[in-house]
Amino acid sequence: MPEAKFRIQRYDPERTPPTWHEEYTVPYEESLSVLDALFYIQEHFDASLSFRYCCRAAVCGSCAMYINGRYRLACQTNVRHLAAGTITVEPLPHMPVVTDLVCDMDDFFAKFEYVKPWLIRNSQDPEKEIPQTPKERAKLDMPIDCILCGACYSSCPSVWGDKNYLGPAALLNCYRFEVDSRDEAGRERLPLFDNENGVYRCHTITNCIEACPKELNPTEAIQRLKGVAVRRRILGRWK
Amino acid sequence: MIRHELIIVGGGLAGMRAAIEAKKRGVDVAVLSQVYPTRSHSSAAQGGINAALANNPEGHDDTPEKHAFDTVKGSDYLADQDAAFILTTEAVPAVYQMEHWGCPFSRYDDGRIAQRPFGGAGFPRTCYGADKTGHYLLRTVVEQGLRHEVTIYVERFVLSLIVDDGVCRGVVAYDMVRGGFEAFVGEAVIMATGGAGRTYSNTTNSLISTGGGIAMAYRAGVPLKDMEFVQFHPTGLLTTNILMTEGARGEGGYLINDLGERFMAKYAPKAMELAPRDITARAIQTEINEGRGIGGKGYVYLDLRHLGAQKIQERLPGIRDLAIHFEDVDPVYEPIPIVPSQHYTMGGIDTDNNGATPMPGLYAAGECACVSVHGSNRLGGNSLLETIVFGRRAGDAAADFIKGGGAKPAGDLQRVAGEAIKAVESRITKLAHDGSEDPYAIRSEMTATMKEHFGIFRDEESMKVGLDKLRSLKERAQNMKLRHTGSVFNLDMIRTTELEGMVDLALTIATGALARQESRGSHARTDYPTRDDAGWLKHTLAYYGPDGPRLDYKPVTLGMFEPQERKY
Repeated sequence: MPEAKFRIQRYDPERTPPTWHEEYTVPYEESLSVLDALFYIQEHFDASLSFRYCCRAAVCGSCAMYINGRYRLACQTNVRHLAAGTITVEPLPHMPVVTDLVCDMDDFFAKFEYVKPWLIRNSQDPEKEIPQTPKERAKLDMPIDCILCGACYSSCPSVWGDKNYLGPAALLNCYRFEVDSRDEAGRERLPLFDNENGVYRCHTITNCIEACPKELNPTEAIQRLKGVAVRRRILGRWK
Repeated sequence: MIRHELIIVGGGLAGMRAAIEAKKRGVDVAVLSQVYPTRSHSSAAQGGINAALANNPEGHDDTPEKHAFDTVKGSDYLADQDAAFILTTEAVPAVYQMEHWGCPFSRYDDGRIAQRPFGGAGFPRTCYGADKTGHYLLRTVVEQGLRHEVTIYVERFVLSLIVDDGVCRGVVAYDMVRGGFEAFVGEAVIMATGGAGRTYSNTTNSLISTGGGIAMAYRAGVPLKDMEFVQFHPTGLLTTNILMTEGARGEGGYLINDLGERFMAKYAPKAMELAPRDITARAIQTEINEGRGIGGKGYVYLDLRHLGAQKIQERLPGIRDLAIHFEDVDPVYEPIPIVPSQHYTMGGIDTDNNGATPMPGLYAAGECACVSVHGSNRLGGNSLLETIVFGRRAGDAAADFIKGGGAKPAGDLQRVAGEAIKAVESRITKLAHDGSEDPYAIRSEMTATMKEHFGIFRDEESMKVGLDKLRSLKERAQNMKLRHTGSVFNLDMIRTTELEGMVDLALTIATGALARQESRGSHARTDYPTRDDAGWLKHTLAYYGPDGPRLDYKPVTLGMFEPQERKY
């Protein structure tokens, strides 16, 4: 029977040393994803293995991990697409680990929530929809596909160097509303990203683009957001 | 003991929508979610949400009444017609509200919300955001929850209800990241925990769609309604059962058998690929059973190639990505191999039109509830709709209940909560010390049994075999072995305890299905091939009993549309 070998990073704060690696061999079948393999290991070899999961269809963002040295969603990573040899699975780098492959995402989500990631309106809503042309709607195509998996945040050297930096995901979601033709935030959201912990901390290293499993471009969004900030602050233009 | 006036279990669309409504009413609300709310299963919905906006030129004279008729006909007349009217009437303001809250719907050139055709509908009435409508709607509702400062407890796995003298007062939850059990106590609880798709091995559902909230209510004595009605989506990816939206056929996709035929012509000559899901799934299964699957194997093709790369990329980019990543097939160039796959739990916790269950203080909304608006077969595009319409109503009703002083003054909640936590802890200790059965073996046997014996086609002989298997699995499940007892992110504990509830729910599906001697909607019996309104136009109620479910029945609310034969 064909097999796939996995080398998995474990973490238990009560153990010395707290971090170690373990190897497991899993029966291979053509549809085997890394997430399937983690379940197989948890069920058959080590019930204590822990990891996040939910949709197993690359839309919920739970299972972002560092697989063979790259940022990937475990569910979307099929073993047959990986190079031959042992598959290494590690938690998102540069994030505090809770246990095994589970990272502490609290700062990540706190920063997302900080940028007021919701539509801000001041005018009375119409009875029907707020009109939005397909062209206006197209500006949202990229940022609305963010699944908040944390891969970009984990990959960003500016985040590693500065705990207060909002990071690519929060700013991408900020951008999503700033360019929405229906948003009327004006100056309300501006001070949240127009500062040294916001857009200006991005040095266009572009790791986030490579890390994103949905092939989004947070770097571009942040540069455009710099433009939004300048236009609003200096030229007094809201849109 | 953590106190909030209203405890909502589940941070998906229904739970968050309920939370916002109650919060707006001035209620102190807490949402408990097993995952960060944007990760909930609602995010996996693709094709759209129905509302008679009449934006599509072909549907310019669409109305909520027509939408209600399609819903009731689609349900094979088992939906409560007053509930269906509420659903379709409130659909229009509810969808506009989602738009006002920021949902990025796809648009027509004039700026209005675009609508596409969907199965079982007389008009193109399904509003959509490409093929990621659930993801966009869920984000919108979570964003609004954040704006309204709803208190959210993330990564709390709820294990049981706290019931004091017949009144639901809270829940016991496992804090996954910090470890330990906590009692969340208040005046009322809303269950919004989603469906039980994972009781089947071949499901489109998320891995956390295990029916936890349904099972907890059932254990506490609340009846479950119409559990035997299980929807199979016609198009799941062959190897993973991942959903390929009905929108793919709404945009013009074909279903093709081994002979290259659009075989739906035989089963639904007018509606073709846009027949309701029960009929389409049966048609595919019949083609497969009669040897006309591709290469004689167990699948057919969903063919989108004639739509062209541009339309696929604009309207169906999500399923294109999924087909590429999970099936190695690019729909622009190749047909997609698909199989019918368990998709939706029509049954659920018995509620009225306001989400109230027979237990005072307990409400339910979304897929875990059964109002019933879907009857024996849900129309595509109606489940997202149900979550926001009945989520809102449940939040409102729970707020009324709380503002009105609740059912009666609470007893000693500190003591009741303490006992509930102790009961959970001793159950887990027992699993760790006394057990011997492998829970994962039980899980895989159970899900295979459901697929084999309670699938698209059912008959007495096979169901009896299946029921016997489930009964013996239930017995083995009493004696499961918990292998890991660590306090933090203990998947072994979560997956073992949730399995207890899954086996209970499997038994309600099986018992209800065996008893119902007719074919209606998703419940297709080869030994009773026709609908029997005289005998079976009624809802099934399943009550928990230690030896398996006890069944009862109650009438369907009719009055607007006379039951007639379904033809498409």
